This record gives sequence, C-alpha cells and structure tokens, in this order.
Amino acid sequence: MLLSSGDWTAIWLTLKLATSVTILLLILGTPLAWWLARTSSWLKAPISAIVAMPLILPPTVLGFYLLIFLSPNGALGHFLTNIGISPLPFSFTGLIFASIIYSLPFVIQPLQNAFVAMGNRPLEVAATLRASAWDRFIHVALPMAKPGYLSAAVLGFAHTVGEFGVVLMMGGNIEGETRVLSVQIYDHVEALEYAQAHTLSLLMVLFAFVVLAFLYATQKVNKQKANIGSW
Amino acid sequence: MNAINIRLSRSKQSRSDFALEVDLTLPNQGVTALFGRSGSGKTTLLRCLAGLEKNHQGQIAFNEAIWQSEAGDFLPVHKRPIGYVFQEASLFPHLSARDNLAFATKRANKEESVIAYQDVIDLLNIASLLEQFPHQLSGGERQRIAIARALLIQPKLLLMDEPLSALDEGLKKDILPYLEAVCSNMSIPILYVSHSLDEVIRLAQYTVIMDQGKIVDQGETQYLLGKLSTSRYTYQNTRFMIIGQITQQDEQWGLSTLSFGQHSLMISRTHEVIGDTVKLQIQARDVSIALSANEDSSIINRLAVYIDDISHNEADPNTVLVRMMAGQTPILASITAYSAQKLNLAIGQHVIAQIKSVAVLR
Repeated sequence: MLLSSGDWTAIWLTLKLATSVTILLLILGTPLAWWLARTSSWLKAPISAIVAMPLILPPTVLGFYLLIFLSPNGALGHFLTNIGISPLPFSFTGLIFASIIYSLPFVIQPLQNAFVAMGNRPLEVAATLRASAWDRFIHVALPMAKPGYLSAAVLGFAHTVGEFGVVLMMGGNIEGETRVLSVQIYDHVEALEYAQAHTLSLLMVLFAFVVLAFLYATQKVNKQKANIGSW
Repeated sequence: MNAINIRLSRSKQSRSDFALEVDLTLPNQGVTALFGRSGSGKTTLLRCLAGLEKNHQGQIAFNEAIWQSEAGDFLPVHKRPIGYVFQEASLFPHLSARDNLAFATKRANKEESVIAYQDVIDLLNIASLLEQFPHQLSGGERQRIAIARALLIQPKLLLMDEPLSALDEGLKKDILPYLEAVCSNMSIPILYVSHSLDEVIRLAQYTVIMDQGKIVDQGETQYLLGKLSTSRYTYQNTRFMIIGQITQQDEQWGLSTLSFGQHSLMISRTHEVIGDTVKLQIQARDVSIALSANEDSSIINRLAVYIDDISHNEADPNTVLVRMMAGQTPILASITAYSAQKLNLAIGQHVIAQIKSVAVLR
C-alpha cells in the first residue's frame, strides 16, 4: 500500500493550506475574539452569528456563495480583477480565503473563551503596575490565554485538513493547486482505487484521533491548573 | 496644596446601583481608612482614585497633579503613581512570585525610586517564597507577595482594598503584623478600605466612614470612635481607643502604667519600655460608671471623668451609650437604660469610669 506521487502532492498541499490558514486565522482571529470577549455593543450578537455560521451551513452553500462572490463577475471578484489580482476561484489563494471563513469559528471560539475566562482583573492589576494597553495584552493576556491559543491552532488546523465541500466548490480539482487530501480520496473512490483510498482515509482517521486526544489531554491539565489557580 | 482632593458624583443608573456622592480632602500622609459596610461605596471610591472606574463625574487631584477633572481630563490608570492591593491576591498565575515582583520593578519609575527591593522582601518576609508559583502559595503568602509588588512599583499613594477580607481569621492574624509594618515603615500615604473595625483601629490614624455612597463622618480614628454617632456604624462592637505612653513598670505586680494627659491606667506588664507609645482598645461594654470613687472594688482602673454625651443604642433600646471625657480622651460606656435612670446620669456630671479590661494592640 504505497502512496502515489499524486497522493504525496495532495498531502503536501493539504499541510501547506492548513498551516497558512491556521497562522492567518490566529493573527486575524485575535482582535476579533478579543473584541467579542469584551464588548457590550449590540453588534456582538450579529457578529457572533456570522462567525458561527460555517458551523451549521452546508459547506457547499458556503462554497457556492464564495464562488459567486469571488468570481471575476462577482462583487469582490470584479474589484480584485480591476486592481490586477488574478481571480481567486480555482486557485490556492482562493482556497486559503475560503478556508479562513470556513474554519473561523473553530479558532474564534477557543480564543474568545480564553479571554472571557481570564476576566478583567489581571488587566486591571497590570494597569496599576504601569503597564500600557499594549504591554498588558502582550505580557498578561497573551500568556494567560496560551491554552486557548493551543486549542484554537489545533482545531483550526485539523478542521482545514478535513474540509471537502468548500474546496470542491471553490477550488475544483487541480493537482498541485487545489487537489487536497479529501478531494484526492474522493478521486480514488470515483476511480474505484479502494486500496489507495483506504490508505489515505486511515491516515486521516489516525490524524483526527491523535489531534483530539492531544487536545483533550491538554485541556484536562489546564483545567486542573485553573482550579488551584490564584484567581 | 498637599492633600488628596476627591469630588465625585454619579446618579443611580439602575435600581441595584447606588449613587456615589463624595467631596473629600484626605491627608497625604499616614494611613487613612475608608470604613463602612459592604455596598457603602468605599471600594468604588478607591477604584475611582485608581482610575479603574471611568463613569463618575468629578475631580480628583493628588497634590498638584490633576487625575480627573470636570472638563473631561482623565489620567489613565497606568500613568497614575499608585500602588493597588486588591481584595483577593491578584498575582499573575503564569509568573513565579519573583517574576510577579519583577513585573513591577521593570515598570517602576526608576528616577523616583525610594523603596528598596531588599527592604520590601524583608518587611514582608517573602525571601523564601520567591521561586514558587502563585498556585503553590497559601492565600496569605500570595497576599504578601501582592503587597510587595504594589510597593515595588514605587507608588506615591498606596491603595488597599480590603486586603485581608478573602483570608480566614487565622491567616488574618498572621498578615496583620506585616500590614502594620508596611503602614508604619512606609513614608507614602496609604488609603485602606475595610469593613473591619479591628483593622481600622490597628492601622489607621485617620478614618472616613461611608454609608450608601456618601461620607457620613471623618476624623482622627481615636476621636471618631469616641463619638456616640459613630456607634451606629460599629453595631454591637462599640469600642474606643486610648493612646498613651508607658511611664512606669511595676515588676512586683506585673503591671505597667500608661499615661495619657493627666490620667493613667494600669495594664499587664508589656514588652515596651518606659517612654514607648502604646495603643489600647477597650470595649464600651467593659466600662461601667460609678458616682463616687469607691475603693472597695477589684477594678483597678478608675478614671475621674465628666459625662459629655448620652444616647440610646439604636440597635438595642435597653442599653444606653455614655461618652465621658478624660481630659481630651473620650471614654465610652455601654450600660443598661435601667442603670442610667437609677444613677440619674446627666451631661456635665462628674463620675468615675471603671474599666474592667483592656486589650493592648501590637
């Protein structure tokens, strides 16, 4: 049961996609999660709903609208084409864009929970110790939210690895560009190459198990720490 | 203008809210207590001073510096030269005790540093705790580190919000001496919020009583406690203070003489030497009143005083509070209404105050 070069390309592409998406989501998700955790604005409910929508929408619906929206004739696609950016659908960049939206709730929610759990007190304490807002965020909020960042990174990465519907709608099936693992497995099955589909599927099952086991193990440790913590 | 000036107001925003209405000038030296029951607004006042509460109109000035003005100036928390000790130990859980202290020393104003690191470590006796993380320390140890951290930021004003209230009784007794050491060794003014009369008596020279968001009375702790109107805020625990000097040590009977003004008391032999100042706390119910100086009593402390004020105890209509003056020092007695009637006590009358027991505060 050896992997073909096409399989290897798909694995490599999937890892590249998931890594880029995770890094981008952690950067973009931090201010959004921070805002959601602290705001009392009426906008909180609608924004939270938008962030959580990928949780319940069929990925095909999401992919369909992204395709329309980003196609050269779509609202954003037209603008992007005008400023000289090549169309996003059926490209790796387009896949990153779609995955960011698709995996957003999986990154926002652990971060938001971590910021909420921390409460306001550590930041107040830091302020009375002459720490400016930026200093408080870097030296108090970030280190205290570390478990949240770990969960967010793991979930965001794993969820991106596992996506299928959005990829198929938005990215199509171009080897080396948009043919990620889940699409590769689908291709194998379509071509009745069950052995190869088995190999890749088993890899995915193992990956999912290891990731989740790791996540639950670290969450347990963090909870124990929190129980005897000083807050 | 060397003082702390606070003028704040905020109307009720909701039914559970209270209106803070405060116009206060506080000494900028020594320890000032903000005393009142929970919900009286004392913590809110302290948080306003620190800049942690923003939605109060008014003006806050510390010496020449304006921290908040009617015009809308508002100095952010991290620019105010304060140290703040929170109710519960508020150490950063991801940092060791040493790094918690370093968080302060790194950000302290180095040109104006007057509090030496080693002095603080010694004062709070925390040298052996520095390598521990907050979750490895006891509540009292955490609070000592938190106090040290607040001092190491080199504050010009130290704000303490009920630093003992989250600790159980035993731990409180352990920490109080450290707090007393901080209060008597630091040259900066300290504002101490408390609902415990014991802590106020031990620590504060000046006391402000708050109730329902307003200042109801203020003054030097000893004289404030000696006012009958204060007793409605101290409830069953009406007590007063005597501050005097040791003038005589009697080895034979194990007694020390404590003098204040023209008067003196005998207390059990103390460790202090002649000339030292000693603070006594006396419960009003441990003082009785006699019309003449009868020598046939086991009570050794009898003071010739005159009655200055009499009032019924609001909490208990069958008792009467009597305030007597021994020179400048107020003496309070809680007696039954029946005795007051029988002795025919009246303001201006000269009587003998008999003190059954005293507690020496140290």
